[in-house]
Amino acid sequence: MALFQICEPGESPEPHQRKLAVGIDLGTTNSLVATVRSGSATVLSDAQGRVLLPSIVRYLPGGKTEVGYAAQAHQADDPKNTIASVKRCMGRGLKDVTHAENAPYDFIDAPGMVKLKTAAGAKSPVEVSAEILKILRSRAELALGGGLTGAVITVPAYFDDAQRQATKDAAKLAGLNVLRLLNEPTAAAIAYGLDNAAEGVYAVFDLGGGTFDISILRLSKGVFEVVATNGDSALGGDDWDQRVFCWIVEEAKLPPLEAGDMRLLLVKAREAREYLTSHGEARITARLSGGDVIDVILDTETFCRITAHLVQKTVGPARRALRDAGLAVEDVKGVVMVGGATRMPQIQRAAAELFRRDPLNNLDPDKVVALGAAIQANVLAGNQPLDGDWLLLDVIPLSLGIETMGGLAERIVPRNTTIPCAKAQEFTTFKDGQTGMSVHVVQGERELVSDCRSLARFELKGIPPMVAGAARVRVTFEVDADGLLSVSAKEKTTGAEAFVTVRPSYGLGDADIERMLRDSYQHAREDMHARALNEHRVDAQRLIDAVRGGLQEDGSLLSTGEVKSIEEKVQNLENLLRGNNAKAIKQSSDALNKATEEFAARRMDASVRRALTGRNLSSLDA
Amino acid sequence: MKNHFELFGLTPAYALDTAKLDSAYRDIQARIHPDKFAHAGDAERRASMQMATQVNEAYRTLKSPVRRAVYVLELNGIDAAFETDTAMPKDFLMQQMEFRERLEEAKNSSDLDFIKKSLLEQKGEIQRLITEQIDSRKNFQDARPLVRKLMFFDRLAEEIDEAYESL
Repeated sequence: MALFQICEPGESPEPHQRKLAVGIDLGTTNSLVATVRSGSATVLSDAQGRVLLPSIVRYLPGGKTEVGYAAQAHQADDPKNTIASVKRCMGRGLKDVTHAENAPYDFIDAPGMVKLKTAAGAKSPVEVSAEILKILRSRAELALGGGLTGAVITVPAYFDDAQRQATKDAAKLAGLNVLRLLNEPTAAAIAYGLDNAAEGVYAVFDLGGGTFDISILRLSKGVFEVVATNGDSALGGDDWDQRVFCWIVEEAKLPPLEAGDMRLLLVKAREAREYLTSHGEARITARLSGGDVIDVILDTETFCRITAHLVQKTVGPARRALRDAGLAVEDVKGVVMVGGATRMPQIQRAAAELFRRDPLNNLDPDKVVALGAAIQANVLAGNQPLDGDWLLLDVIPLSLGIETMGGLAERIVPRNTTIPCAKAQEFTTFKDGQTGMSVHVVQGERELVSDCRSLARFELKGIPPMVAGAARVRVTFEVDADGLLSVSAKEKTTGAEAFVTVRPSYGLGDADIERMLRDSYQHAREDMHARALNEHRVDAQRLIDAVRGGLQEDGSLLSTGEVKSIEEKVQNLENLLRGNNAKAIKQSSDALNKATEEFAARRMDASVRRALTGRNLSSLDA
Repeated sequence: MKNHFELFGLTPAYALDTAKLDSAYRDIQARIHPDKFAHAGDAERRASMQMATQVNEAYRTLKSPVRRAVYVLELNGIDAAFETDTAMPKDFLMQQMEFRERLEEAKNSSDLDFIKKSLLEQKGEIQRLITEQIDSRKNFQDARPLVRKLMFFDRLAEEIDEAYESL
């Protein structure tokens, strides 16, 4: 007879084996890493005690890199190899990168995503982001004293599928196990909501260095439900800097600038913008490479005038989010301000005017996203949750659909649908004898496919020849809890089924990532093996714990024979864990997974039943 | 598989106790959401993903007055695919056209507020009639044209929202 460890619900069977998990805010301007330890969420600092890591990577000839402050110091003297604000290029083609003309880089227009020409070769934004993530990963491992179980990485809520996939690829490249991609405003809401035991409808106004999000959430008894989200994934503090930069160029009547001067003035513009937050005017001085000296004064009034249209750009998304939520301004109980750019007084005023109330600024707008991500990572890793049990229900920001006749986009999953979700729609052939169908997956709110973002194209082949309109092709969209999409298509009139699954990938395929990972290990072969063995072991142990826990809790849902068969497989896997055969461990894990499928389904049904009974009991109590 | 109502422990009907639906939805999600299984085995993660997907779809259907009506009719064997039948009563179409004319003439948000208010009143009346046909009389056939009207009103509500947008 199998023996089970007795433990409190929610507590891991081996409490001393606390999983190390972190939340990472991969920002346009700065990045941070945070974790939950000793019962509270904290941001981790570097050896010099600095918590912010400037999101800047400098490539040196030969492939070495500098990241953060070290790279920042070379922005002006090595502009082409020092990459800042790379987040704006994630999952983007050249034509979609705003201010490309004012960025001092040599862009290469590659299919799917731009690349940047550096002294170390052409680098994709995914690789640049991975360098930032690697630094944060080693910072965390050093601070926590061990390897990480996983990380929650935050993305702007308004990031589309391409940008999300690119972020996930970057994390993979940095050797991080991504527990979840979490929307930045949602992360902030978790940190704020748990900290303040908030209940009711809240808006999160998140203006970062490069992106703007507005999310409306309903907080009720530990459930964080995102009702609607909107935004602009190309609006942030950087755009204010660009306006100031252009103003300086006009004011000082400067000729076209070279890359180093351009970067120098962009840095000066940002300093001026930040200074104006608490001062009436900012003096901007700089000496350009040609010897010209710039000395101009920017006052608040001028600053507000030249950036008024940018402030205005936050209004539309905020109104749309409220309307999508079916709520009025009066329903909103509080407006949580997130992101460094919300420090600008005109943004504070705009938010106050929009929601007719003073915004909430009691959290550090730079740290709150990373803290929320850490709290979520802690839960997903299987540790005891902070502040009791809570749940997050998030949505997809942009509608998903496919191209139909005439270049029109047919919406299949509308924006603000709660994830995970699945939707299917039937299509048919329009020519006699048509045996193939091309499926073009798009994302966006516009009617014309050309105005939407193209995510993937694939062919469904093997449709039996029939008269036009007779075939029944069912296209299914599935969005997982990270907000990432898979699409499949199936033809089923004649019983013949064709099946294709597409997971869009941008610029980098799985093979590319594997190659890059391999390259980054010196003793490639051994390391890859050791890594695989270790991964399979961790997964297998997790699986054993989960199955044992399940049997202990819900063994009554199975017959004696079924229990016995599962226990045998657990035993078999446990025996293999004593050895070093990675492949056998993997196979045995797969077998155990397969054997517990029916059990898992029964447990879900039982959970639903219990949820309802629990509710009825408590309503009787009341 | 349970139908959407049974899933939340509700009796199939058009009239809905939304508070009961909301709390059942949250209670179920609190137990089966993929976040609760992030550290579990593949089988459980898959089962949780499937259940959460089903629960989300059921909630979305029941929460919307139009989708709920279509669904209740479907449960009672009435085809909800309305595409084949496009005929609508003349007076109803006239009324729709009037709404659209007013929408085009609207100059500011208070004009739109006014149109929206009268639309909501009409919608409320239709929903009351649908409740009567479905819940009291079990007369699903007669509920069908009413549900179609409700769909028209929904489309109109969307157009009003778009009009706010373009002000």
